[in-house]
Amino acid sequence: MGDIRLMKGNEVIAEAAIRCGCDGYYGYPITPQSEIMETLMLRRPWEETGMVVLQAESEVASANMLFGGASAGKKVMTSSSSPGISLMAEGISYIAGAELPALFVNVQRGGPGLGTIQPSQADYFQATKGGGHGDYKLIVLAPSSVQEMNDFVDLGFELAFKYRNPAMILTDGVIGQMMEKVELSEFKPRLTNQQVEETQGNWAATGKKKNRERHILTSLELQSEKQELHNQKLQAKYKQMEEEDVRFELINCDDAEYILVAFGVSARISQKAVEILREKGIKAGLLRPITLYPFPTKQIQKLIPQAKGFLSVEMNAGQMIEDIKLAVNGKLPVEHFGRMGGIIATPAEIVEAVESKLIGG
Amino acid sequence: MEDTLKIEDIIKPENLVYKKTSVLTDVPMHYCYGCSHGVVHKLVAEVIEEMGIQEDTVGVSPVGCAVLAYNYLDIDWMQAAHGRAPAVATGYKRVNPEKYVFTYQGDGDLAAIGTAETMHAVNRGENIVIIFINNAIYGMTGGQMAPTTMLGQQTATSPYGRDIDLNGYPLKITELLAQLPGAAYVTRQSVHTPGNVRKCKKAIRKAFENSAKNIGTSFVEVVSTCNSGWKQTPVEANEWMEENMFPFYPLGDLKDGEREKPDAYLVQKLKK
Repeated sequence: MGDIRLMKGNEVIAEAAIRCGCDGYYGYPITPQSEIMETLMLRRPWEETGMVVLQAESEVASANMLFGGASAGKKVMTSSSSPGISLMAEGISYIAGAELPALFVNVQRGGPGLGTIQPSQADYFQATKGGGHGDYKLIVLAPSSVQEMNDFVDLGFELAFKYRNPAMILTDGVIGQMMEKVELSEFKPRLTNQQVEETQGNWAATGKKKNRERHILTSLELQSEKQELHNQKLQAKYKQMEEEDVRFELINCDDAEYILVAFGVSARISQKAVEILREKGIKAGLLRPITLYPFPTKQIQKLIPQAKGFLSVEMNAGQMIEDIKLAVNGKLPVEHFGRMGGIIATPAEIVEAVESKLIGG
Repeated sequence: MEDTLKIEDIIKPENLVYKKTSVLTDVPMHYCYGCSHGVVHKLVAEVIEEMGIQEDTVGVSPVGCAVLAYNYLDIDWMQAAHGRAPAVATGYKRVNPEKYVFTYQGDGDLAAIGTAETMHAVNRGENIVIIFINNAIYGMTGGQMAPTTMLGQQTATSPYGRDIDLNGYPLKITELLAQLPGAAYVTRQSVHTPGNVRKCKKAIRKAFENSAKNIGTSFVEVVSTCNSGWKQTPVEANEWMEENMFPFYPLGDLKDGEREKPDAYLVQKLKK
């Protein structure tokens, strides 16, 4: 067995970053995720692994610092919460355009605007549809436990480097603030400059060598024809993600007629709702998307022949439901249940929603 | 006469007095005739060649006329979002402290939209070089008012001249930055005469040398012309710059040393 601890989700993000060989974290404080940078500063990883931790002057700056660190072929990350992610949208778009690997963590709070510091899942659209300007996608991972907060840091970097694309851990104030048992990852050493050169030297700005052309990390292309080729290349990459890297979990779905679809903390609560529904003799199941982009469209479609309806359970006004509806394509009823303003739904409310919206409806 | 010099006798290595630096590419520059960018590009390229740091230097190009600087200097480049070059340079330099990193920014990029990134990078004393081209106008977008536009100066967005009540004052960002304890070297130069070109090159060289010494940020402003934006001939633009900009943006060093010692700033003993 590895290193088992009782830890807060946010603290685990910090610990996992150090352990997976992250080179740099650039952040700015915002509730409910400030423990991430606080933990890093307390841990002083620059003494242990050489990892850099820097408090930036704003989220605008920290996202653009990621552009710089990622350009060097290094593993760099930041974290924030909803209003801060809006400020990072510029940097994320540039990072996607320049095809750089970087990891963002969004510990969501309620909005719009300054909203509330209470948990929310209202940034689903922002995360999965891009968030900034231009045609681009983020790889979006949705942890539903503190254990997955640990696991998805390494996975996020792995996918970000596989596709040279920004990845995001989209979590929420509950998972970030919750304490749970976690088995921490084994330590992986940071790559040396020589190893970075060997693995990323074909694109990264590692300093122009005599035997190669200069590397220019830019999102600018003034010729329409070349820009369209670049857009097509990005789209091909997103298509590959949809084919190779969809992740999800099925709970009690083998014979399920009423399928709940939920991610993050909503999936935890929905799992309890499924138990209650089963006790009542209702054949309910849960599909938990782990990657929100790429979305498990095909898996939802596979469930259509056995299902009588889908309920999207989200802590927002109904965002993921649009992707479920696109998958179901009008063949079955798709309903939504969600609380907003930072209110966490109860299993009883979800059970009631299944009964009134799907069974009774 | 039989001993007339033939061209082959003149073109010999020992007779070479000037040669384009190999760090400049052979790509024709897109800059307007009379623009200062080409000269400053050349100076940066020459310094990189003379210091032998081509493989260890990474540039950050801005948004503005110099966005395409990466076409002209044969080094690795990053192209930053508008105003964010000091943040991009910080992100890079922190995980690659052994590299030379410089930003190359105009007045709109550095002193308007990127004010926060500039101030904080210098205040942290990032060991980077910032080259600041101040031509008192937005060139790329067609000659709009910049933070450094002179009072009374006509631009596309101040067609009746910059007005205090409407637009506020021209920003002496370089004077502000010279106050920051993280700055090692802050200087204001120009490239409108051969003498000034030589002085400017010395300043750029010092800035690059500083960044290897880890003594804080080095900042080189180049008061520059934008004759297209100013709607003048190159000669008129040089004269206008001397008459109108130099009195307000005087040339010379504002700070030359290294970042401040922490003593004056300590309120308690730093805990280790």
